Amino acid sequence: MADIMTWTGWLLALLQTTLFVACAPLLAIWIKRNKCFWQNRRAPRYVQPYRDLIKLFRKQVVLAENASPLFRMAPYIVFAATIVAAATVPLVATELPTTAIADMLVLIGFLALARFFLALAGMDIGTAFGGMGASREVSLASLAEPALLMVVFTIAMSVQSTNLSNAMTHLLESGLVLRPSLLFALLGLLLVAVAETGRVPVDNPATHLELTMLHEAMILEYSGRHLALMEWAAQLKLMIFGVLIANIFFPWGIATEFTAAALATGLAAVAVKLALLGAILAIAETALAKMRLFQVPQFLNLAFLLALLGALTHIILEAGT
Amino acid sequence: MALNLAFAAVMASLLSAAVSLGAHRRIAVLRALAFPLLGLAGATAAVAGLITLSSGAVFTDTLPIGLPWLHWQVRLDPLSALFLIIIGIVTFAVALFGPGYLREYEHGDHPLVQLGVFTGLFITGMLLVVLADDAFMFMIAWEVMSLSSYFLVVFHHEQAANRRAGFLYLLMAHVGGLMILLGYGVLATFGDGFAFASMRVAELSPLWASVAFALGFIGFGMKAGLVPLHAWLPEAHPVAPSHISALMSGVMLKVAVYGFIRMSLDLIGDVHWGWGVTALLVGSVSALLGVLYALQQNDLKRLLAYSSIENIGVIFIGLGLAMVFMGSGHPKLGVMALVAALFHAFNHALFKSLLFLGAGAVIQRSHEQNLERMGGLLTRLPYTGVFFLVGVISISSLPPFNGFASEWLIFQAALQAGTLDNGVLRILIPFTAAMLALTGALVVVCFVKAYGIAFLGQPRSRRVRHARQVTWGMRSAQGLLAVACLLAGVLPTTVVNLILQIPTQLLGTGLPSVTAHGWLWLTPVSPEVASYSAPLVLLGLLLAWFLAWQLLHPRGPRSIRRGDPWDCGFGPLSSRMQYTGTAFAQPLRRIFAPVWKVEERIERQTEADGLRVIRLSHQQQIIDHSWAALYEPIGRWVMLVARRVTRLQQGNIRIYLAYSFFTLLLLLWLIS
Repeated sequence: MADIMTWTGWLLALLQTTLFVACAPLLAIWIKRNKCFWQNRRAPRYVQPYRDLIKLFRKQVVLAENASPLFRMAPYIVFAATIVAAATVPLVATELPTTAIADMLVLIGFLALARFFLALAGMDIGTAFGGMGASREVSLASLAEPALLMVVFTIAMSVQSTNLSNAMTHLLESGLVLRPSLLFALLGLLLVAVAETGRVPVDNPATHLELTMLHEAMILEYSGRHLALMEWAAQLKLMIFGVLIANIFFPWGIATEFTAAALATGLAAVAVKLALLGAILAIAETALAKMRLFQVPQFLNLAFLLALLGALTHIILEAGT
Repeated sequence: MALNLAFAAVMASLLSAAVSLGAHRRIAVLRALAFPLLGLAGATAAVAGLITLSSGAVFTDTLPIGLPWLHWQVRLDPLSALFLIIIGIVTFAVALFGPGYLREYEHGDHPLVQLGVFTGLFITGMLLVVLADDAFMFMIAWEVMSLSSYFLVVFHHEQAANRRAGFLYLLMAHVGGLMILLGYGVLATFGDGFAFASMRVAELSPLWASVAFALGFIGFGMKAGLVPLHAWLPEAHPVAPSHISALMSGVMLKVAVYGFIRMSLDLIGDVHWGWGVTALLVGSVSALLGVLYALQQNDLKRLLAYSSIENIGVIFIGLGLAMVFMGSGHPKLGVMALVAALFHAFNHALFKSLLFLGAGAVIQRSHEQNLERMGGLLTRLPYTGVFFLVGVISISSLPPFNGFASEWLIFQAALQAGTLDNGVLRILIPFTAAMLALTGALVVVCFVKAYGIAFLGQPRSRRVRHARQVTWGMRSAQGLLAVACLLAGVLPTTVVNLILQIPTQLLGTGLPSVTAHGWLWLTPVSPEVASYSAPLVLLGLLLAWFLAWQLLHPRGPRSIRRGDPWDCGFGPLSSRMQYTGTAFAQPLRRIFAPVWKVEERIERQTEADGLRVIRLSHQQQIIDHSWAALYEPIGRWVMLVARRVTRLQQGNIRIYLAYSFFTLLLLLWLIS
């Protein structure tokens, strides 16, 4: 651990986090443009999400009369927790010092912290929407989180580490061995990612219809820069899950040393992987319809079972080899 | 030195009990003498514990009281020391909180003598339990603790429900006490004496060791509130005054955990992995059911009481893992799980006391115990609101607070299951870890509900709308515990280093790697496997927050405008439009439907044409399945047996004489 505690390491970690935060809206618009393509709609331009964010940051905040200080602090906490979560995920290079600060379990903790304040903020004004959104969000998350942890367990047991960068390096070194446990874990993680980031078929990020919304219901009362932070945090969360799927299960190309060539390769590789993943998500969202709220638990149970199956396969088939 | 401090703590709490005898409806006595003495007791106990724990030494002594052939033997070792610290910190906070809180009873007709005397005795009892070094003294202290807390539970004895809760508590405390006594009996038989020292060296056959373990597990588990022996807990904790609830839930349950660890790991010694599996399974079930029941409660203190069952479950999961690893020849991993469990016990004492004190502040100021009538308390009781939020974040195990650090350690221990040889265990442990994960996620739901409904939104009743700040003493008690929660969360390495003295002394095995990379990093197995740096996590969060604030916060006179919330164009928003706690928990009530026995009644009164609804009332009751499955059958059985036995009672003196005659004959035959 001592060898990574260098100034270059910290600097790279900072740069990588900045890149992560800056590119999150780009991934969102890439998915949206793909969706537009499949749905024969005219797509917004690539700069649109950035324009939206800038517009929101410039706008005056309209705050409900009875909003408590927690309501005003929540966007900053949610945003900060999501940034710190992003900082711990290797995007371009592994072996960065930030991955030693927090492992996969802590990463889940950060996301839970963000969700906790998001839900509390939803309940703060005292409208029915906010309470409804918060209730649905935490209820579904309480089923998604064990599935996510089970995925983490499966990965951690096969690489014998909960450290993300060690996990990636380990999988990179062991080469592409077809491991059933990792396949199950991947499937589980895909389902969890869809639920956690509020995509179709669990939630629809583009809707404001009260019967269907989860995430939007909680942030309905936000405006101006607060709304911008909440939206940005949501895009960042989508990106985190994208990078997790891309870099854990398909770790090729990620830089393991700090040379310019390796970092450039890493950047290109992760861009290509995320683009592919986004395209697949867009197709899936076009093909699927949103499911009823009370079918989502079955969906998440499936995710949990897949992850559990992954862990059991690892224990039965792969342990000791 | 440390032992003398511990004795001083015991004396101070005894003195506090004695002083309270003069407090008949005179709160001044309690405020000026009894509570300061309790505070002194708490502080000295904590210091005594800290000295012992940091030095890792063992102090013993014999007191010239007790039976002529068995004087009370006292021992202060690192394990006792940790629990002394737990008792000390919470007692100190309670002593700060108490005087302000009791204002409510100043003009009531409750004699405060009872409260003062039994609070002092209760704390004395708990201190003596962790200091005891023979079964005799242990049982006496245990009974003092149980009996005095019974009188505290029935403080509001004019209500029938409280008397019922008190009776149930007394009954179960004594069934549990009997089990513990029998467990010590088994150990004393093999160890030739009641002293713990002779029990430690006893050679038990595996069968008798398991019998002693089972008795201890049931006895201490009953006190700690493991499912299905938990029935008294959600009844008794909420009815006591809130600072007593904090002591009972935050501390007394930990004393039971102490007893369990002392008996199973120290006195019995040779751990069998099967015991660990038992603890693991019962712990998992307790954790999951505890939180599921907590989730559906609308009484704030009842919710907290059920959540204690959940946390005790988590502690027993840690202890179970420790026993599994120790029993299958991996002492290092066992030590890691034991440290995680002890750390969680410490953390639970801090945040659960904090939450109960917060609930006490809310109840004193609003006279409401039902969540559905609260709301908007954050702006009315800002200090309590912030401290309660700290407690809620800690109990929901979110980084960087203390609950997260200990659960992270438990997960890390569970992840090492791959090193075990037994295939069943390798599958079972990840599965219990998944149960723990589910529990953790449900705790978040439970406490988002509790905090969101009680402290956020709009007030739902007039009394809550007019709630005012509590006294400085009450605020500082909560602040103290909140700061302790943050410190234990941000500096887990320091706490873990202290706790590591316990296995080093108890089992002779330490854990060198846990803080091998300095105080900044927690690396339980090795830095390659897992590392967590809580101080840097906090720093990162603050940095990200600061940057977002600095860069994105525009400076201008008109950056914020206040306006009405969005009400769908339906007229002004009222507090009756808010989501209620019942509604909040509804999705999970539906998803986990078989877990509860829900009695729901909806009454709808319409006008004659049947179109317009005049009145609509909804009543819902959540009943614990364990009542129907376990307690009611036992109750029926006891009644049945009692009815049979009454046939002996004829009311005829000649038949009674015959009974005596035959009994004498039988005894003579037995002797000869």
